[in-house]
Amino acid sequence: MKEPNDVILRSVTKVAVVIIFTFSINLFFSGHHLPGGGFIGGLGFAAALTLLFLSYDIETVRENISLDFKKVAVVGVLIAVGTGLGSFLFDAPFLSHTFDYFDLPIFGKTELATAVLFDVGVAMAVIGTAVTVIMTISEDR
Amino acid sequence: METLMSILIGLFFAIGTYLILTKTLLRIILGTSIISHGVHLLILTMGGVKAGGPPLLGFEEITFTDPIPQALILTAIVINFATTALFLVLSYRAYKVIGTDNTEKMRGNEDE
Amino acid sequence: MVWLSIIILVPFIAAIIVPFLYKVFNQKIHIGWFVLFIPFLIFIYLLTYIPSISAGKTFTYLVQWIPTYDINFELYMDGLSLVFGLLITGIGSLVIFYSIFYLSKEREALHNFYVYLMMFMGAMLGLVFSDNILVIYVFWELTSISSFLLIAYWYQRQRSRYGAQKSMLITIFGGLSMLAGFIMLSIITDTYSMREIASQMDLIHGHELFFPLMILILIGAFTKSAQFPFSIWLPDAMEAPTPISAYLHSATMVKAGIYLVARFTPVFGGTAEWFWLVSGIGILTLLYGSINAVRQTDLKALLAYSTISQLGLIMSLLGIGSAILYFGYNDESSVYAIASLAAVFHLVNHSTFKGSLFMVVGIIDHETGTRDIRKLGGLLSFMPISFTLAVIGSFAMAGLPPFNGFLSKEMFFTAVVNASQLEIFNMETIGVLFPVIAWIASVFTFVYSMILVFKTFGGKYKPKMLEKPAHEAPLGMLIPPAILASLVVIFFFFPNVLANYLLKPALASLLPEEVTAVDIEMKISAWHGWNTELFMTIGVVVIGSILYILLKKWIGLYSVYPQSFTLNRLYDSGLAKMESGAKTITDQYMTGSLRAYMIYIFSLLIFVWGGALLLPGAFSIDVSNDAPVSFYEVGIMGSMLAAALTVLFAKSRLTAIIAVGALGYLVAIFFVLFRAPDLALTQLVVETVTTALFLLCFYHLPKFKKEKEKKGIPFKPLNLIISLGVGTVVTLFAISANSSRMFEPVSSYFEDSYELAGARNIVNAILVDFRGLDTMLEIFVLTIVGLGVYTLIKLRLARREKDEGAE
Repeated sequence: MKEPNDVILRSVTKVAVVIIFTFSINLFFSGHHLPGGGFIGGLGFAAALTLLFLSYDIETVRENISLDFKKVAVVGVLIAVGTGLGSFLFDAPFLSHTFDYFDLPIFGKTELATAVLFDVGVAMAVIGTAVTVIMTISEDR
Repeated sequence: METLMSILIGLFFAIGTYLILTKTLLRIILGTSIISHGVHLLILTMGGVKAGGPPLLGFEEITFTDPIPQALILTAIVINFATTALFLVLSYRAYKVIGTDNTEKMRGNEDE
Repeated sequence: MVWLSIIILVPFIAAIIVPFLYKVFNQKIHIGWFVLFIPFLIFIYLLTYIPSISAGKTFTYLVQWIPTYDINFELYMDGLSLVFGLLITGIGSLVIFYSIFYLSKEREALHNFYVYLMMFMGAMLGLVFSDNILVIYVFWELTSISSFLLIAYWYQRQRSRYGAQKSMLITIFGGLSMLAGFIMLSIITDTYSMREIASQMDLIHGHELFFPLMILILIGAFTKSAQFPFSIWLPDAMEAPTPISAYLHSATMVKAGIYLVARFTPVFGGTAEWFWLVSGIGILTLLYGSINAVRQTDLKALLAYSTISQLGLIMSLLGIGSAILYFGYNDESSVYAIASLAAVFHLVNHSTFKGSLFMVVGIIDHETGTRDIRKLGGLLSFMPISFTLAVIGSFAMAGLPPFNGFLSKEMFFTAVVNASQLEIFNMETIGVLFPVIAWIASVFTFVYSMILVFKTFGGKYKPKMLEKPAHEAPLGMLIPPAILASLVVIFFFFPNVLANYLLKPALASLLPEEVTAVDIEMKISAWHGWNTELFMTIGVVVIGSILYILLKKWIGLYSVYPQSFTLNRLYDSGLAKMESGAKTITDQYMTGSLRAYMIYIFSLLIFVWGGALLLPGAFSIDVSNDAPVSFYEVGIMGSMLAAALTVLFAKSRLTAIIAVGALGYLVAIFFVLFRAPDLALTQLVVETVTTALFLLCFYHLPKFKKEKEKKGIPFKPLNLIISLGVGTVVTLFAISANSSRMFEPVSSYFEDSYELAGARNIVNAILVDFRGLDTMLEIFVLTIVGLGVYTLIKLRLARREKDEGAE
């Protein structure tokens, strides 16, 4: 294939990806109270990575992000299952969640919920799957 | 609104079904996409439209639209994404191996 | 009592560990030595229960399993299950010990063998110690499956696979019919507990389902215990390694049917149907098995038919014994209690002598390379110990003193003679057949027992026909049959020890309380004086000996019976016909055309939904509650429709893909209008990624070709009709669903999400908290898809590279 020369696309991508990443993370954490959550956050993250793949070639991205996204997906599933199993330790049914409010140094009074841990698993599974799918397809030439 | 939506959903189903009944793989996948949009809208419409504010607590609204259809659809959207991906890969792999995207020519072996 | 559940669990855990042990230790040591500990320890542990069980105690232990449906893992130990538990673990220990020498660790896949064996043992223990009938059913099928795996252990052989399939088909069929019976039982009694069912005996007897459910349960028992006409699987099951034949197909698994009949005797006993079916089929099987055993030339096939016939004997005894439930307790009916006692006694005896005989046959097979009677002969001088064991086993089988078979055979004669004098259930008319058939069957039993011993050990030694020169087996292979053979003798001399500690407690589960409460005269003794039974035995020996000596003269009579009428032929042709019939029917509609399948699905959808709409009151239209429509919304709807139509009519792939993407974004806008911010966000991102995906893939897919149809019509009429039908039905369905809201939405519960889950976003709270399990399974699906895509592409790449490397 001809070496693509998209200076503008690449420059925009560099900035946009950071913004999308930040936004995805924000979406992920706001999920508890506002629109957002594991699925959307994860998909946004995956979309940002897809943008990277489209504007740069796979090898470049691979060199910089040397994560195996299949493992990300599997770890995500394991985290989700783990939070479910964790509730057995407290003699509660599978996947019981709890929450409480803590006074943290910087954030002030903050709510910490175990459901967020579960959501981390969901987000990781979504990122892992979406990126794996797109990467493997685009590698297949 | 609901009646109008029902008609629109019916049309989506009709178009999707027609596409699925064609022989080209890509058309079939596009058909499933359209049908799934129809399904999402159907579930949402069945939950009642515009019955209240978005299902977020802490705002001034007192009534909410039904959150259950939304949760269902959210799950359906993601699953739909996954199945579409699998479907796409499967079909282009099939095309590369068998050499056709015509489903009428993709039949199992006789001795199976 | 938690130990009771542990002993069932231990074999299953062992089944998991065995492969690892095999990997680590197989080079150095036969892993059978590790496995041996398990049944042996359980056996010792069960022995400690004998004092309390014989004192009339029972034990229960409850593990909640699915309490919502009243399905609990309730364990129950009484005399009957203890007898079986001891048989399973006792014979199991001996069989594993024997297998250590029988199966070579270099050549055989030992890990498979012991995994299946442990699975079987656990299932069998679970079967006899469970109280819940559904749990019993699960274990029941598990024994069938492990038996299937064990018969097919040498799966390279065609005969093994055939035998395994046959046993599987027949026993699973029986199991399923038993399940149907169980379900009927639970419908009548509203419980799954065996003991509670037994307490509602009168209710069951009066119910209209009584007869069908009894038949269904009996089919389960008869298939498992190889009763006529389901017996055909047992001879073919002999393709299994001999330790398995000794264990599953003579001592334990085939007795599961006996166990079931015994367990259900308190439920069904005392009715004419039960009496006739159980004792009638039993005595028929006894005759069928013994007559067929005589003509066999394969030693194991001979033993298989003999097992069939002995199982029939036990079955008929249980049937006769059930008569006592009709009479209740009085002096006369005590004779029927003896029939039940004889059943349990013979059950134990049969396991001892038949187990030892199987092991001896295994030794002969192992040391000479054949089990064909025509090739064997004169082994006496080479294998004296095996000969002694064979004599003990087969004389016990023939019912001769001083072996335990004599005692139970005498009791059997007593039972049938008494049964012929019964004045209930029409016994006065044809009851006389019982002793006659029993006597004839015993003569044949005597003949085949003699064949087993004297055709192999007597006669001329034919070294040329054997694969290897005959010699005595190693000590390890002789110890297990020797232990069993010594039990055969011990039980003859001290039968009442066994009777007091094990058999009478077992009877307590079979018979009504008033019978066992009054301690009836149930002493087993060898000498009753010169009574009918003794004369019958003498007759058997005399006639049997004459027949054996003249065997060559009359054995030809067997070939008079036409081969095409055998049950096996019926089974084979039935199976072949079913296969070809199923293929013909399937080929009619499974054409291999995807489009045809889709047409079936959509037609069914139109048919079912459309049909439902035609029902009175199903379709309704009510637009009064509809939300108002704004101009913009109509505009968006119009654009959506336009996008969808563009996909339909697009000539190029790119147009179609972009149109679908546009449709997705429009749907996202709709989600905003419908107050679903989460959905809108998700839809936007998903649509972006999906479109990227389409664009990536379309690169690999061919251009749209014009689908050539008949001239003049640019579409397929059938497709159009079906798709319009689907659309119409869906629209009508949606409208009528919307117009007739019958229930209040349940979502008000979730509106407390801030109090319950600490989340203000209700949708998110539903996803991660209230219905977290759904989401968890969903990400499972996602991950599986990711891995699936990866494998689909990468595997091919790897293969292609390999191919290119080869070129």
